[in-house]
Amino acid sequence: MGGYVPSTDQEQLQMLHEIGLKSMDDLFAHIPEEVKIQGSLELPAGLSELEVRRKVQGIARKNKVFSSIFRGAGAYRHFIPAIVKSVTGKENFLTSYTPYQAEISQGVLQSIYEYQTMICDLTGMDVSNASVYDGSTAAAEGIAMCQERKRKKALVSACANPSTLEVVKTYCFGNQMELVVIPEKDGTTDMERLKEQIDASTACVYIQHPNYYGNLEDAAGIGEIVHEAGAKFIMSVNPISLAIVKTPREYGADIAVGDGQPLGLPLSFGGPYLGFMSCVSEMMRKLPGRIVGQTKDKNGKTGYVLTLQAREQHIRREKASSNICTNQALCALAIGTYLASMGNEGLKNAAVQCTSKAHYMAAELEKIGYSVENKAEFFHEFVTSSDVPAEKIMNALAAKDVLGGYPLDGHRVLWCCTEMNSKEEIDEVIRILKEV
Amino acid sequence: MKLEKGLLYSKSHEWVKEEGDEVLIGLTDYAQSELGDLVFVNLPEEGDELSVGESFADVESVKAVSDIYAPVAGIVSQVNEEILDAPEMINESPYEAWLVKVTEISEKEALMSAEEYEAFVESEKE
Amino acid sequence: MLIFEKSRPGRGCTELPPIDVPVIMPDEKNKRTLPMHMPEMSEGDLSRHYTELAKKSHGVNDGFYPLGSCTMKYNPKINDEMASLPGFAEIHPMQPSNTVQGCMEVMHLIEKYLCEITGMNHMSMQPAAGSHGEFAGLLLIKAYHESRGDYKRTKIIVPDSAHGTNPASAAMAGYSVVSVPSSEDGCVDIEKLRAAVGRDTAGLMLTNPNTLGLFDKNILEITDIIHECGGLCYYDGANLNAVMGIVRPGDMGFDVIHLNLHKTFSTPHGGGGPGSGPVGCKEHLAQFLPSVFVKREEEFFFEKPSHSIGELKDFYGNFLVVVRALTYILTLGNEGIPKAARSAVLNANYMMNRLGDLYTMAYDTTCMHEFVMSLSELKKNTGVSALDIAKGLLDNGIHPPTMYFPMIVGEALMVEPTETESKETLDHAIEVFRQLYKTAETDPERLHQAPAHTSVTRLDEVEAARHPVLRYNWEL
Repeated sequence: MGGYVPSTDQEQLQMLHEIGLKSMDDLFAHIPEEVKIQGSLELPAGLSELEVRRKVQGIARKNKVFSSIFRGAGAYRHFIPAIVKSVTGKENFLTSYTPYQAEISQGVLQSIYEYQTMICDLTGMDVSNASVYDGSTAAAEGIAMCQERKRKKALVSACANPSTLEVVKTYCFGNQMELVVIPEKDGTTDMERLKEQIDASTACVYIQHPNYYGNLEDAAGIGEIVHEAGAKFIMSVNPISLAIVKTPREYGADIAVGDGQPLGLPLSFGGPYLGFMSCVSEMMRKLPGRIVGQTKDKNGKTGYVLTLQAREQHIRREKASSNICTNQALCALAIGTYLASMGNEGLKNAAVQCTSKAHYMAAELEKIGYSVENKAEFFHEFVTSSDVPAEKIMNALAAKDVLGGYPLDGHRVLWCCTEMNSKEEIDEVIRILKEV
Repeated sequence: MKLEKGLLYSKSHEWVKEEGDEVLIGLTDYAQSELGDLVFVNLPEEGDELSVGESFADVESVKAVSDIYAPVAGIVSQVNEEILDAPEMINESPYEAWLVKVTEISEKEALMSAEEYEAFVESEKE
Repeated sequence: MLIFEKSRPGRGCTELPPIDVPVIMPDEKNKRTLPMHMPEMSEGDLSRHYTELAKKSHGVNDGFYPLGSCTMKYNPKINDEMASLPGFAEIHPMQPSNTVQGCMEVMHLIEKYLCEITGMNHMSMQPAAGSHGEFAGLLLIKAYHESRGDYKRTKIIVPDSAHGTNPASAAMAGYSVVSVPSSEDGCVDIEKLRAAVGRDTAGLMLTNPNTLGLFDKNILEITDIIHECGGLCYYDGANLNAVMGIVRPGDMGFDVIHLNLHKTFSTPHGGGGPGSGPVGCKEHLAQFLPSVFVKREEEFFFEKPSHSIGELKDFYGNFLVVVRALTYILTLGNEGIPKAARSAVLNANYMMNRLGDLYTMAYDTTCMHEFVMSLSELKKNTGVSALDIAKGLLDNGIHPPTMYFPMIVGEALMVEPTETESKETLDHAIEVFRQLYKTAETDPERLHQAPAHTSVTRLDEVEAARHPVLRYNWEL
């Protein structure tokens, strides 16, 4: 039987005696008998580490690890430098709680402060929090931030990731904000419809950039419409793209959110990822979650603390702007390490490779008869349609150990390229598809 | 505990200063000393309606949030923008650091004079 | 020194091969013009930077960590190793289901085991953390009432000793909160509860054992009162470590629960996360669960609950945290689970008993996995507060207990030793607590000035909040 209790039965008995008890049962004597479990739980018997390892490895082997992946749709395979895992594996970081005791948590706090700075720099914003769960919850929290007494309506672009739309819908079911979807037109947000839909009760407009289909939106144009109506402009962005694509700040956004997964977090069957949130300084106190600030100690030495805590649930309780407590701190550490390891040039290089390879692949697919639907400029995802059933494409690729794009319907496929896809790999996909 | 003559005081430790048809509302010296170092103030917007006994603002210290209750009913005609940037003014000079100016007063709770308030605070301490 | 101050232009690591296709850049109108300031450092310097930061951080591996309500037990290494298997870590969440049968098996198994441990019928792994699970659970309650055409239930009852997330989650779910005071014995005041419930009661949120570390023996009566008025009972699983394998929330009358896998099931806290906060429920609420069920015929497959509250986050939750928890449950098994609970309760009672002659216990009765001390007397007599004692612990290499919580106890210190600490560790901590008490009496100033041996002394939190500096600025 496995377990991590250090004391032997004998030692435990001695401890019981020392506090005047006879047996373990005495500790639970005050619990009513009628709620106690009779007999034992129907769980398997405990296992040794070797047995556990064999069992869990056996389960993992039932999954298929593709050697090459052309699928994104919200989760992206990027290169992860070795140092990332080395840093997040350090026990002092890994096994610590939220840094409530600042004096013995300066390392964790400083790493979060550095992460906040990097997110601000990447998005062009003034303030960042220490993370929320993922890109879609960041979207939902961002929308909730914009709620005002007379502004309860959120306009969300139909070109956002469908998963985000679903999550926002769930949060709105809770907080009773009205959710209105701005329709899509030719793969981007329909600006004419937006103009009709927006009004004085609109709290915010949310778009994704690049959007679900990979397209860049007329973000500056949307921003103008939003601000004219006195609403807030929220942009969800792919963080890798920001090395070369304009930042939310440059497009006029008030809040920038997104999923940090591309920045050094493995695919992990969907999590843990990280939601980043940054905003203009005017909205600082509406930002949910932990925030680290710089200050001085008694001797004038610079140090870091959790700050603006009166916004948070443990103090403000039912009046808090959000209930978030546990966040994705270790993922923030991974992202900080990733960004520092890539540096300015590395990050730009990754972004350029993403978009260049996607364009190369799109052009090659067109050569073999697929039509690329994207009319607008796209980043590293694009949509093709063809007469060949998507399922047939996927099966042919899977047979060669390739995870193809994500089928949007029977004949349309959402492809994604990153720096991980070499030209050879892309050419191989084209060769396979030529025969389908 | 500092007091200022001529002001009126509420049981929830706000002071009220009458200026013609309008009143200014702030926090008493006793209130600020109990709350400790204030780090932020959430104020209502101009045009908001106040009703007697209801919370209309709150003040934050590092580890607590405290509601501020309206001693009068009326309409907020002005908020003190200065203390938004410098909440320490409430700690430093509580009787100058007004929070809101209220007009169209329709109701007032029974307020105390400085002497009465002093006695009230003493009795509360016991 | 900040990483940005160590950066030098032109330095860096070589991570990517040269580009092998024609270069494409965004159009001018979409090209970034803002300068970017990512650090430029060699890998060696970068690695040292983080080693230096790690030295200035305190984890469970650095020493005793009795942080009440957080269950800071040892995090077994095998859990992390299993979570980093490529067969989990390199799986795309949108792969076809026939290529992710292993992931689905993980979800299937852990649902089965956690339901058995809690007495629930179904559980979703989608919530990412405890408070996210609370939010999910409250939405289940809301969906349940609305499905019956009952829109008048607008209130959630929460005891005044509850975690701050409870009322915050209730508010996020659109409920108003009714706070019920605790009675003198620290449990729910039954009469006041009766007076608070009615046809507007949507439900009750409760942790049992509660945040005072006490098991509420009236639990069946409490859940009955709520059910009789048509409400549902929500179990906050933050304190499950005290009772797993001993009692089950499902048998105490609870309809909905959330768990904190990063507490009870021993996945590391990572400096604040990621966690995992599965939401579970009885059969009558299963149709409202978020995300998908994993079902099994010949193969595992996903099925949406018929009246699901929808998605709470992307994909299937913090999956790798779930893998860690599964590994842990497989290791402990049916005997190890209750043994962990019993040992946690023993360790807490042992410490409470050995400190009780000196420190005032908020409730002087058998506790569960944690106990709460009130230092009000000490503060009155010596001027030394709970905060001062906590800071004194830092100089002794011990992480302080949770401070000033629950709010209904003055100068509270909440101690949760957990089961993975040996008697020697507890004895040492007891000795340190006792010495600090004596120091409070003889040399209070020393404690006001503590800590003295950490990388920084007490920090000016007032200044941090009044004039927030939340990022490094290159222009300054």
